[in-house]
Amino acid sequence: MSLSNYTIKQVEEMLKKGEISAQELVDLSYKQIEKVDGEIGAFLSLNEEKARGQAKQLDEEKAYKGKLSGIPGAMKDNIATKGMATTCASKMLENFDPLYDATVVEKTGEAEAIMIGKVNLDEFAMGSSTETSAYKKTKNPWNTDYVPGGSSGGSAASVAAGEVMFSIGTDTGGSIRQPAAFCGVVGMKPTYGLVSRHGVVAMAPSLDQAGPITRTVEDNARVLEVIAGYDQRDMTSVKKDVPAYSENLTQDIKGMKIAVPKEFLSDGVDAEVKEAVENALQMFELLGASWETVSLPHIKYSDAAYYAIAYSESASSLARYDGVRFGHRASEFSDVIDMYKRSRSEGFGDEVKRRLLIGTAFLSGDMNEQIFRKAQKVRTLIKRDFQAAFEKFDLIIGPTTATPPFKLGEAIEDPLQLQTSDMLAVPANLAGLPALSLPCGFTESGLPIGLQIIGNHFDEQKIYNAAYAYEQATNHHKKRPVIGGAEV
Amino acid sequence: MELTKEEIQKVAENARLHLTDEEVEKYTKTTNEMINHVQKLLELNTDDVEPTTHGNTVKDVLRNDIPKRWEDRDQIFKNAPDHEDNQFKVPALID
Repeated sequence: MSLSNYTIKQVEEMLKKGEISAQELVDLSYKQIEKVDGEIGAFLSLNEEKARGQAKQLDEEKAYKGKLSGIPGAMKDNIATKGMATTCASKMLENFDPLYDATVVEKTGEAEAIMIGKVNLDEFAMGSSTETSAYKKTKNPWNTDYVPGGSSGGSAASVAAGEVMFSIGTDTGGSIRQPAAFCGVVGMKPTYGLVSRHGVVAMAPSLDQAGPITRTVEDNARVLEVIAGYDQRDMTSVKKDVPAYSENLTQDIKGMKIAVPKEFLSDGVDAEVKEAVENALQMFELLGASWETVSLPHIKYSDAAYYAIAYSESASSLARYDGVRFGHRASEFSDVIDMYKRSRSEGFGDEVKRRLLIGTAFLSGDMNEQIFRKAQKVRTLIKRDFQAAFEKFDLIIGPTTATPPFKLGEAIEDPLQLQTSDMLAVPANLAGLPALSLPCGFTESGLPIGLQIIGNHFDEQKIYNAAYAYEQATNHHKKRPVIGGAEV
Repeated sequence: MELTKEEIQKVAENARLHLTDEEVEKYTKTTNEMINHVQKLLELNTDDVEPTTHGNTVKDVLRNDIPKRWEDRDQIFKNAPDHEDNQFKVPALID
């Protein structure tokens, strides 16, 4: 048996019928990790003793009443887990042991999910290939010469490799959706404020949002309904009832109106990706939805607005790492300022330093008004573009990424493709909108391609319905990667 | 709007980073590349546009502070690089 062959709902039924135990599920998870993680490198740390203990307790109680009862899951390592290292894949937090659990950890725990371990990411979630991690490189389960995407690369790879059934990632500018696309799994960045950020290490607080990565749409909806909800410990958390997304799922999307921004299918999009997305649009037509090409006139400024806002906010967020209360402290320094400087310079990697310098520059002197403030105004224009589109349309669809996965050590070089990738990833964050990626095909060489569905604020259900209808009408989600000669 | 190497040194000082000469060279280049990249924002007229400063527009989130006792003080210090007598220890701030 493999974890990849079942949905959460199926496992729930099997548990209740006594066909499988939570201990067996946990065992499957650790066995798969033992088998493939040497090659994939998704995990930074394991929680084996505690996980096995929890599973044993669930089996003794035999109630399995939680929505994720006995389900093996993983947390991106920038999500605080009490009593378990939370490194942000940085030397800065090598030995950091949080004093409390993040709300998403509490909530999955209350739903009786079993936390298998913590997974790799780009250092402080800064990157799109998981290669800036200070600890290890994670490989794409479909082809280990390729990156899993990032920054939630460990989260997406752990699900694709059949090591866990869900993984929580974070998305500041595509960091859940892009790795989900690259690894052929489903990733949702929820509406800003739907999922509590309490205990999620801040990168750019006005853009950050945590969300689930899973193998199927139904699993994704199930995990989101567990982790969503108001939390007074996050002042941007929204007071709103959380629908039972997975129970409300329907394949009936007749009459649904879809907008396809022409900017999302520009020349910067790879031909194979474009073809897969165009095929998906045809499928939506067959399912009874209609689509129309539109223009979002300010979308081409979204990459610039994102860099200005995200880097500036990061420079401010990461000011807390000063080697005083926690984190790395240099062993030699001349005075307290020198201690801050040396601790930070030793603790942070190259990409983090690059961004901190740019962000600090953007917040200094004239640039504060000319760049940072200007970007915040452009963010308003981008939001308005989406508002106008959602007055006429239910959903916006396009590719998740401009290109298929790239090889390790080979970032996207072509400036047009790079800009298009950003333009696909960041607008949902700038406008605070929910956006999901799901598999919509494979390249000729067998690498996954992702379809992105963006909804209006709090329209997660509509996104899930469209994604579910498409998924059930296609076979992409049934394909499995082969690792070490065996199908996952 | 390009920055000189000296200006990058100043920025690094503000960001509390110590840079080697090589790094000054490298980050001057990467910072200026990004400054040039975001110049396209200036094409847009935003005179009457309000900035978006937050991820959403949730308001009235203030509540009364309810103090709670933290029972396990040792826990707080277990992550500290240096501490003494229940205080974080840093190098002398004044002579």
